Amino acid sequence: MHDHAAEASLFKRRALFTFFCVVALLSVLVTNLYHLQVESYKDYATRSNENRIRVVPIAPSRGLIYDRNGVLLAENQPFYSLELIPEKITNMSETLDELGQLIEISVDERETFTEALKFHRRFKPLTLKNQLTEEQVAIFSVNQHRFPGISVEAGLKRNYPYESQLTHVLGYVGKINTRDRAQLERSDQWKNYAATKDIGKQGIEKFYESLLHGTPGHLEEEVNNRGRTIRTLRIVPPEPGQDIYLTLDLQLQQKAVELLQGHKGSIVAIDPRDGGILALVSSPSYDPNQFVQGINSKDYSNLLNDKSRPLINRATQGQYAPASTVKPIMALLGLDEKAVTEHTRVWDPGFWQIPGVERKYRDWRRWGHGWVNVYSAIVESCDTYFYELAYKIGVDPIARFMEQFGFGQNTGIDIFEESAGNMPSKDWKRLKYNQAWYIGDTISVGIGQGYWTATPLQLANATAILANKGHRFPPHLLKSIKDNTAKIDSPINELPPIELKNSRNWNIINEAMRQTAHKSRFTDASYTAAMKTGTAQVIGVAENTKYDANKIAEHFRDNALVVAYAPFEEPKIVLAVVMENAGWGGANAGPVARAMLDEYMLRDTWKPMP
Amino acid sequence: MSAHQRQNIWQRLHIDLPLLLGLFAVMGFGLFVIYSASGEDLGMMERQLFRMLLSLGIMFTMAQINPEALKRWALPIYLAGIVLLLGVHFFGEINKGAQRWLNLGFMEFQPSELIKLAFPITMAWYISKFPLPPKKRYLAGAAVILLVPTLLIAKQPDLGTSILVAASGIFVLFLSGMSWAIVGGFVAAVLAFLPILWYFLMHDYQRTRVLTLLDPEQDPLGAGYHIIQSKIAIGSGGLWGKGWLDGTQSQLEFIPERHTDFIFAVIGEEFGLIGSILLLIMYLYIIGRGLVIASRAQTSFARLLAGSITLTFFVYVFVNIGMVSGILPVVGVPLPLVSYGGTSMLTLMTGFGILMSIHTHRRFVDR
Repeated sequence: MHDHAAEASLFKRRALFTFFCVVALLSVLVTNLYHLQVESYKDYATRSNENRIRVVPIAPSRGLIYDRNGVLLAENQPFYSLELIPEKITNMSETLDELGQLIEISVDERETFTEALKFHRRFKPLTLKNQLTEEQVAIFSVNQHRFPGISVEAGLKRNYPYESQLTHVLGYVGKINTRDRAQLERSDQWKNYAATKDIGKQGIEKFYESLLHGTPGHLEEEVNNRGRTIRTLRIVPPEPGQDIYLTLDLQLQQKAVELLQGHKGSIVAIDPRDGGILALVSSPSYDPNQFVQGINSKDYSNLLNDKSRPLINRATQGQYAPASTVKPIMALLGLDEKAVTEHTRVWDPGFWQIPGVERKYRDWRRWGHGWVNVYSAIVESCDTYFYELAYKIGVDPIARFMEQFGFGQNTGIDIFEESAGNMPSKDWKRLKYNQAWYIGDTISVGIGQGYWTATPLQLANATAILANKGHRFPPHLLKSIKDNTAKIDSPINELPPIELKNSRNWNIINEAMRQTAHKSRFTDASYTAAMKTGTAQVIGVAENTKYDANKIAEHFRDNALVVAYAPFEEPKIVLAVVMENAGWGGANAGPVARAMLDEYMLRDTWKPMP
Repeated sequence: MSAHQRQNIWQRLHIDLPLLLGLFAVMGFGLFVIYSASGEDLGMMERQLFRMLLSLGIMFTMAQINPEALKRWALPIYLAGIVLLLGVHFFGEINKGAQRWLNLGFMEFQPSELIKLAFPITMAWYISKFPLPPKKRYLAGAAVILLVPTLLIAKQPDLGTSILVAASGIFVLFLSGMSWAIVGGFVAAVLAFLPILWYFLMHDYQRTRVLTLLDPEQDPLGAGYHIIQSKIAIGSGGLWGKGWLDGTQSQLEFIPERHTDFIFAVIGEEFGLIGSILLLIMYLYIIGRGLVIASRAQTSFARLLAGSITLTFFVYVFVNIGMVSGILPVVGVPLPLVSYGGTSMLTLMTGFGILMSIHTHRRFVDR
């Protein structure tokens, strides 16, 4: 039945055939392996590394901020937080109860934690409580053994030791929000903030964010398929942000704060030799540290709704009528335009009239100043003299001249919170109100009122230019940057000086201001000084203030202003003081200016600055 | 008896040395890989070594049994296997999702493994009763013998095992010299059957596996994860591999089932293309030796059985490596003699024991 030989040979043929099939199929496998391991090797090698290597960014520590004498104004303070590793805790709610008996854990903190726990990797630490006190850290450390998986972790947090005294200069840092993030993404900086929690929100902290922030480092870790760290492969340490020195003089700043205590107003002091700001105070102020910790909404709305507007930087954003403080510059223009001479005399009967018009423009002294020249007009702040001067010159030449002194434009100070004020002109009024310019408008401008507004910083800056006889150094706060060990002074910016037709006119005006000082507030001063006071009708307290007729009526007292500098011969400090609703300028802001200059000048003679 | 005396010691022990060396090579390599794939777990390596020794013992025992005896036992064991399969089908406990396991105390054993062994023997016995090539009318019986266990196992569901069982039966039929027309018809039938399999017999998760194979990146964290990670492991191994114990995909547990079904990914990663090809050469050597043994066998039964056992071994290799390297769907087939676990190793080594028996009992066979 069976043909063994035939069956055997049939089998051999089939076996051989299957063997070839086996070889062919194994070749398919090898071809596929070749494709994976040789042709696509690079792709898969990259993906394998992406799998196993996790890059953890390390935040750089923020650069510190010092005043000109090296006093620390913004520091990084260690803070402690309580961290839990969920997988190491067997009974979470029991552990939290037990922990709560040692360290107070609010219902809020507990809820936030429990919520965060749901979306958290079990082996990664999660923060339960921030900002432990030293005492809480100590209590926990003693009981640490009872809580495996819970630890106290240290971090760095910005702290402003002088609290509200420097708020409007330094600003503050706060949590990066979506707007900050969008801005960082636009400037292609977002990648540097992967580990950073806070960012400069205002003031110096915001303006010099790129200097202060530093460059992040990173940690390369090998992780397994569950994301658990196996070992650290590489550490690239972060480069800390650069420390910066401000032109501020803390002692003078503190004096200014003290003098404005209980008042609304502002003091700005500038070193006219380089434009460095020595003091910049806006009162009232607030403690920036509450923003670092995350201000609660009640405190924030209190600040927002406070009628004295502490959030506004009056020194750079407050727009005030400059009033008589700009009379010296007006006189300078009059001399240079030959509208008047040094010896021109004007009769002041207590009012002035536009020729051929009945209406009287009143001088502040109802009975008049009698015959006045440029010196007495400035010393006595005679309005009539300047009514006539402005009338003779016209508003547009005035605007052009005042713009050279920085009015109506940003000074370029190195913080973003700045307003330009307003320097009116015929074109400006047409554009803004679609109205023709009236001669009466010019008359108001002549005594620094009407549409003219300026910030205290602009007043100080204009006065510095006057004291410098036309040399212009834009005001700034950055003095130098610390680079490794050396301090590198930031370059001093200088605008082209103002050229007068006759440079002797500078001397005439400055002399008039010297007389103003020494005939009143500075008669007994041991140093030479120059000054000019002003009293402005309230027309607007500050930008963003809603116009409210009733409120204005209540606060209808005049703003008091002073500009001053010292020493007369070689000015090294220029001052602008504005006190809202304080009444008469000379009587109210004058003593403040005197105290400020005394502080700076007299301290200076006793102990020379480094 | 004089012929018997001329036999060397290996033949007296009923051991085929070339085949044994091939098995040792793969097993030894496997032990090294297990050590790495288990995360340097010496305990696992010891347990695997113990299974290897046990399997070698079984192989040795099987090698002593005359193939003619297997012929007699084939049908009863096959029927017992069917009964057990029906038993677990109706009374079995579900464990590990789908598999049905029998606990033998020292190791777990699946009843379907019994079928894996008994089935090709039964098939070879049935076909070799008739003159070869088989006439068409005998194929109906063969189809019944083939389909009953295949469908029962597929229903468990254990697609991998049912493929292996079906393949071992089909190999018997093919090697018996079935006419090419029938082979062609059969292939056509299988193709026609695919839609039925897809829509009526396959479970959702099995369908997902096939879809995943076609485009694993579609669901990189879900169904595609295994295939993607194992392809990354193999691909990143490159030509020479990352080195033993240095595979990041394997050591950091990105490869799923790294010491069992996906162990080839560890080999591909740590030993590269060169190491993979070496392993394939070892397998090819074993398969070649198996086919030589089959060809030299003296009865049709022995030839068909030896050929089927050998080619089934190849199916293990092909299906496993194909699935791990991403050209076949994921089915539960281990890498033979390398994957951690005892069941498949016992079954395979029993098969190799039968091969050795066939090769070393030739002189005593009555033609």
